[in-house]
Amino acid sequence: MSDSSTKSGTSRRAFLKGAAATGAAIGAAGTARAEGDPLITEVQDWATGLGDGVDATPYGLPIEFENDVIRRNVEWLTADTISSINFTPIHALDGTITPQGCAFERHHSGAISLRKEDYRLMINGMVDTPLVFTYADLERFPRVARTFFLECAANTGMEWAGAQLNGAQYTHGMIHNMEYTGVTLRTLLEEAGLGAAGDLAGKWIYVEGADASSNGRSIPIEKALDDCMIAFKANGEALRMEHGYPVRLVVPGWEGNMWVKWLRRIEVLDKPVESREETSKYTDTLADGTSRKWTWAMDAKSIITSPSPQKPITHGKGPLVITGLAWSGNGAITAVDVSLDGGLTWQEARLAEPGKPMALSRFYLEIDWDGSEMFLQSRAMDDTGYVQPTKTQLREVRGLNSIYHNNGIQTWHVNANGEANNVEVS
Amino acid sequence: APAMAEKLGLGRAATADEVAAWDLDVFPDGSNLPEGSGDVLTGETLFSENCASCHGEFAEGVGNWPKLAGGEDTLADEDPLKTVGSYWPYLSTTFDYVRRSMPFGSAQTLSDDDVYAIVAYILYSNYLVEDDFTLSKETFTDVTMPNADGFIVDDRPETEYGKFTERCMSDCKSGPVEITRNVVFKG
Repeated sequence: MSDSSTKSGTSRRAFLKGAAATGAAIGAAGTARAEGDPLITEVQDWATGLGDGVDATPYGLPIEFENDVIRRNVEWLTADTISSINFTPIHALDGTITPQGCAFERHHSGAISLRKEDYRLMINGMVDTPLVFTYADLERFPRVARTFFLECAANTGMEWAGAQLNGAQYTHGMIHNMEYTGVTLRTLLEEAGLGAAGDLAGKWIYVEGADASSNGRSIPIEKALDDCMIAFKANGEALRMEHGYPVRLVVPGWEGNMWVKWLRRIEVLDKPVESREETSKYTDTLADGTSRKWTWAMDAKSIITSPSPQKPITHGKGPLVITGLAWSGNGAITAVDVSLDGGLTWQEARLAEPGKPMALSRFYLEIDWDGSEMFLQSRAMDDTGYVQPTKTQLREVRGLNSIYHNNGIQTWHVNANGEANNVEVS
Repeated sequence: APAMAEKLGLGRAATADEVAAWDLDVFPDGSNLPEGSGDVLTGETLFSENCASCHGEFAEGVGNWPKLAGGEDTLADEDPLKTVGSYWPYLSTTFDYVRRSMPFGSAQTLSDDDVYAIVAYILYSNYLVEDDFTLSKETFTDVTMPNADGFIVDDRPETEYGKFTERCMSDCKSGPVEITRNVVFKG
């Protein structure tokens, strides 16, 4: 740094002022132009000047060059942006943990601001003692930390009738995957006492949020006592406002609607409430006009995130990394197969890590792309033996109007230029 | 039954008033309905003042806002219209949801009588009651919802899970593969 040959007559002060002065100094020195990439052969600003101090950014955002890795909404999907949805930029992410700041949102009466001091959680109904907890109370219970995906029941719902939206973010981005810290629901229910509920078989809980929509849902008590939890931390820090700050429900493997945010009440019941969110919504109409209710589990599913419509191949022929996500609400992902030819032949991809129950898995398949067109598909398998179906297989059972639970295999058509489009194939 | 854990003594007992303030559940059999009543004509006025700007004067919906009436016998159609009348299985849900969460943007501002009246008007808009109908705790079970029997409990374990287990690796279908549907919104 103090080598005089590179400073060439500039003062130390001018040198430390950085970029322009230093660049000029190099030119003035009349150094012979080196052969090669000037990003290597010429001293760059960042290699000579100074970066930001540690006091510049108490809580940071991604670098500006990643400005396109953001949540996006699609205006015409809903009547307004308050009871609406946006999408995680899964096309641009890797690994499995979703950064909270771009993890999708779905609200029914907007994202509310609820201080920890104002937070109350009530447990009532068929319990020995109806209880009220403050936030501070909740932090004193034995804690657990677990990683799960949350997928909106409507993820991929626009695609029931055909290929609609062009990008993995839009077709599959109503999902995020976080490490949650909190308390098991079992712990809280036992604190209130379940003796009053008697035989727990056939019992339910009803959960609702503090927001105007309430988002009340009924959940069988078996699930509540098995693996549900209330979370107050996600990916190491407090929940984001839009994800339920300060407390949300975690319902592993089950449709996102049940993960009640700003959770304010848990009631033990001997029957379900049959609330709006489990009758009018989150029921799945079949071809004959009857509808399934209580379709809680999210079945095994996968998506190639790159290449994809928002992530075309820009490097030409040769080595190509195909990557994507797979998940199952019924267990752990055991394998993901990838097809380059629209499902005629398949090869097994590589899981970055062994699948974890009800959490996202990352898969990779490295190929040598010869520049010819491809029909890319991925197919997930879980440890129940379930194999992700095609959209055609699903439609044969359900028809076109289920709205929710579309876990059919996605196809991207990649052309010779490396551009990818959302298609369906024969 | 699993052994019950030792209690930690955290939290405090909820008061009856606290439970009453937050526990507004109404069940399909009408249990937990509050005292009160409201008739169709009162509901028509209230609906016009509080609801019609989004849901239309006749509950037919405005723009992209939800339609609350219409759509009878469309559930098996290509484009079903799902409303309170055509789709919702239980009247309790309408009462419960309107009381808790409507009007959008000023929820929990309606009295129990107002809610009874508005729900009566929504029923009338769906031709499910006459215009002299009064909805109350007592008349609640007089109303039959057309799609009450239209729902089945999730049957994927029986209808799908056994079917979706084949993991073909080669010669999985007859080619050539062709595009059958192209993306609609290219973005």
